[in-house]
Amino acid sequence: MKTMNFLVTGVGGQGALLASNILADVGVRAGYDVKKSEVHGMAQRGGSVTSTVRWGEKVYSPLIGQGEADYLLALEKLEALRYVGMLRPGGTAVVGDQGIPPLSVSSGDDVYPDDEQVRRVLSQVTDDYHLIPSVRLAEELGNARAHNVVLLGALSTFIDDVPPDVWLQSIEERVPKRFVELNEQAFQVGREARSSVQRTGRI
Amino acid sequence: MKVLLSGNEAVARGAYESGVQVAAAYPGTPSTEILETLAQYDAVYSEWAPNEKVALDVAIGAAYAGSRSMAVMKHVGLNVAADAFFYASMTGLEAGLVLVSADDPFMHSSQNEQDNRRYAKFARVPCLEPSDGQEAKELVGVALDISEQFDSPVMLRLTTRISHSDTLVELGERQVEERTEPLEYRIDRVKYVMVPGNARRRHPVIEERVEKLKEFAETFPYNKVEMGDTSLGIVTDGVAYQYAREVFPEASFLKLGMTYPLPPDMIRDFASKVDRLIVIEELDPFIEEEIRLMGIAVEGKSIFPMIGEFDPRVVRESAIGAGLLPPSAAVKFKQPELETPLPLRPPILCPGCPHRGVFLMTKKLKMVVSGDIGCYTLAFLPPLSALHTCGCMGASIGQAHGVSKAGIAQKHAAVIGDSTFFHTGMPALLNVAYNKSDTVTIILDNRTTAMTGHQQNPGTGTTLKGEPTKAVEFEDVARAFGIERVHTVDPYDLKEVEEALRDCLEAKGPAVIVSRRECALLPQARKLWMTLRVNEDRCNGCGLCFEVACPAILKSEQLDAKTGRAKAWIDPLLCTGCEICAQVCARKAILFRDEMVKEGESA
Repeated sequence: MKTMNFLVTGVGGQGALLASNILADVGVRAGYDVKKSEVHGMAQRGGSVTSTVRWGEKVYSPLIGQGEADYLLALEKLEALRYVGMLRPGGTAVVGDQGIPPLSVSSGDDVYPDDEQVRRVLSQVTDDYHLIPSVRLAEELGNARAHNVVLLGALSTFIDDVPPDVWLQSIEERVPKRFVELNEQAFQVGREARSSVQRTGRI
Repeated sequence: MKVLLSGNEAVARGAYESGVQVAAAYPGTPSTEILETLAQYDAVYSEWAPNEKVALDVAIGAAYAGSRSMAVMKHVGLNVAADAFFYASMTGLEAGLVLVSADDPFMHSSQNEQDNRRYAKFARVPCLEPSDGQEAKELVGVALDISEQFDSPVMLRLTTRISHSDTLVELGERQVEERTEPLEYRIDRVKYVMVPGNARRRHPVIEERVEKLKEFAETFPYNKVEMGDTSLGIVTDGVAYQYAREVFPEASFLKLGMTYPLPPDMIRDFASKVDRLIVIEELDPFIEEEIRLMGIAVEGKSIFPMIGEFDPRVVRESAIGAGLLPPSAAVKFKQPELETPLPLRPPILCPGCPHRGVFLMTKKLKMVVSGDIGCYTLAFLPPLSALHTCGCMGASIGQAHGVSKAGIAQKHAAVIGDSTFFHTGMPALLNVAYNKSDTVTIILDNRTTAMTGHQQNPGTGTTLKGEPTKAVEFEDVARAFGIERVHTVDPYDLKEVEEALRDCLEAKGPAVIVSRRECALLPQARKLWMTLRVNEDRCNGCGLCFEVACPAILKSEQLDAKTGRAKAWIDPLLCTGCEICAQVCARKAILFRDEMVKEGESA
């Protein structure tokens, strides 16, 4: 069993912590030793949120250092750029193409990077990055909030050791009952979306 | 059965399994979830106390009465509870008492990164440190056993990374027979009445206890030697062990589950078997200094940082710097070059936050504001920049009284949240009344302890267990203290806030303004959410509404024809309809709720 390191990033309130909870749970179901780490409190008031999930035969550290993430799961583009340096060069980045401008952008003091810039920055670290229209795909299912599970679906296609059923069991257990069906669909849509993404990261 | 639990959940489970009967805490990151989790077990009585000192006194009282007990706090909470901590060390207890201190290296959510192992030594109290959730669970029971065996409180020291990391934990059953009859309270006046004569008898007992604990530590099973390559011996504790194991898979380890007092023979023996002895510990050189005092050559903070939190990279790069690892051991990474700096995303006051209304008005009146600890501390950030001090819980009112007595050119006030007021603000307000200053105290009553995630407090009318209780009214407290000028305002009504402020600033004597409006994220407040809209014909892009610093107000892509400035746009996914921006707009371009309703009806 090789150790797999995931870094999940997003903006407070976006669902990054639920995504990392599911990711950790999937690892346990697949028979790995698992550690997950995140920070609560002040950071959650609309700030950047990150969570580390590690699967392995025996995991010691709950944290990873720069260059040690095998997978970056970013729910928001600016946060993807902020943390892509944590990714192992050549690692896999699954990025939701949602943009949430921070206050300094809405006040006009800063500029939010455009999509071309997002691609240029990501590609400095890896060619294996995938921008997924996660919010649009979730909206088409009737609830934009399921965008995090769309992204988990896309991510799952990179992990051959764990069959989709295991992911679906975990989703079923971790989301509120009335949203189970929606999230199962979101997961499938995410899997399909990824298969239509080219290596250049364009759909 | 093994389940993923955070360190905090594991501590709660440990308290349940090891028969804790009474637990008390004040919420504080990273410790809060311990009592929230424990509250789900009906077999354990658990409560939010108004502050950490009260929580610890409660736990001590329960332990005096013969019940296993636990007090939980973040590291700085022990500053508040220190008085109780020291007397409990002197008296000992009738049943086990564990004090959980959750330290916060890197200050993720704190004002300092004090290392509370120092408190353990200071008070002669044993200190246990888990390195993952399984140990966190087990060490609660171990701490209670040690507490009973040595007649001492025991500190269980966590750090943020232990508290907020999920690891696999084996669950067990509750190991206690529930009592059917109440215990007889055992009276021992010499042991428990710390007047000087008795205290002088107790002090030698405490020092002897430390010596006995040192002997105990020599065979304590959580102090573990793991021999590997003997060219490097690493002494480590807590989560630092996990980083060290990852970075030095071949080295020899002495992993300390008890960091005070240390086992001298075990350390000497380990040191004699390795060529080079180092300590890897976060924050202070606590273990390092103790080992050096034993006369053993050791390195630690000359290699690894004293500031901030460790991770594998920090440990690895420090080790490479000191020649413990070759430069080739470094992990390759690529920090991408950016064309423009990335906009930062600091935490901010939420859309609809009631605090915003108060700070807009103190700013308008150019007031100096002595601040406190809570969500409202975020008002210090631009563009509001309206809060000017933040030191510790309850500091605002005392500071403002001092400012008033010193005298300054500007108008000034103290702001303090509801829970913080109960915590340590009350004695300070009493001082304002008693010593007659012109201090204006603004109590930001959002009906919850918001920053730590909506905990109950004495103003909310419910307990930790969700039971109804008496809700304290701030106006009654202020009047009972002798303060006659007491206003109650709705912070969503800017004019009302301004008038109350002006009245208090112009008058002599102490004044209190209770700003009452529930946190916009509470379920009952969410029901009132409504999206407002900008009338683009009226908006000329003046930018006044951007000064409100609401995440829901953005620059639209539409520019004003005359000024060329971006018009305002309200994000319907974020707006809660608080109307603060609508009141600020000079051109009435932002529709109020009733205008939105009318628009909806006519459409």
